[in-house]
Amino acid sequence: MYRSLFPRDVFAELDRLQHELQQAFEVSPSIRGIGRGGFPALNVGGTPQAVEIYAFAPGLDPATLDVKLERGVLSIAGERKGALPVPEEKAAVHINERFAGRFRRVVSLPDDIDPDSVSADYRDGVLHVSIKRRESAQPRRISIE
Amino acid sequence: MSDNTAATRATQAARPEAILLPPVDVIENGTGIILYADLPGVSKDTLNVHVEADTLTIEGRLSLAVPEGLEVSHAEVSLPGYRRTFTLSRELDTTKVSAEFKQGLLTLRIPKAESAQPRKIAVSVA
Repeated sequence: MYRSLFPRDVFAELDRLQHELQQAFEVSPSIRGIGRGGFPALNVGGTPQAVEIYAFAPGLDPATLDVKLERGVLSIAGERKGALPVPEEKAAVHINERFAGRFRRVVSLPDDIDPDSVSADYRDGVLHVSIKRRESAQPRRISIE
Repeated sequence: MSDNTAATRATQAARPEAILLPPVDVIENGTGIILYADLPGVSKDTLNVHVEADTLTIEGRLSLAVPEGLEVSHAEVSLPGYRRTFTLSRELDTTKVSAEFKQGLLTLRIPKAESAQPRKIAVSVA
């Protein structure tokens, strides 16, 4: 079932359209493609020292989150319970947009990461995974003798 | 309770920035309305929920602590915040709204006014 995570307003929609047109002409960054539209939404970035991944997964118990790093692929999996009442209850559902059910997203990581120095925290409904790059891969100034 | 497009347009005219619409679930039962909204990345201090006349507005700014020099390579959440407005109907008691915000999930409980609560009418047999 496809469900838009953040139904955007028209300006955001135009922004997205522009982005997708750009992406069509650029080389896709990963063989796993652009996983846009899944839950949780992901932001990925990097600094010279680390790779940072932000997963926007609100309302979860961090203990139920399954974060795995395996052969250069980071996977985030879990389940979010629906807020909807059981059918017997006398309740009407007017809007139902939030994601419910099991989810899993994977990100392939660059080669220079150090799989032994990973840290993850969950704050304000955002899971932040930080993976350090290997010492040897960090930029270094070479002194001229 | 429905999306107030007129109000959305009015606020956009005042502040023409792009903003994310948080996904919501709205459930109504006999005693009131429960609204769940996903606002990941918003902290308690940057969340603003207010009722003005019959308009409920939920606003939040993304407050992620990103490390310095971060170069974003892929962004699905690329706008600075969330906003969504709803029009409340008259039978809802806006003075007794309770809100809970936990791990990016906002739960709003809007009770119905006493007079609008469902009542069982006893039928007497003559």
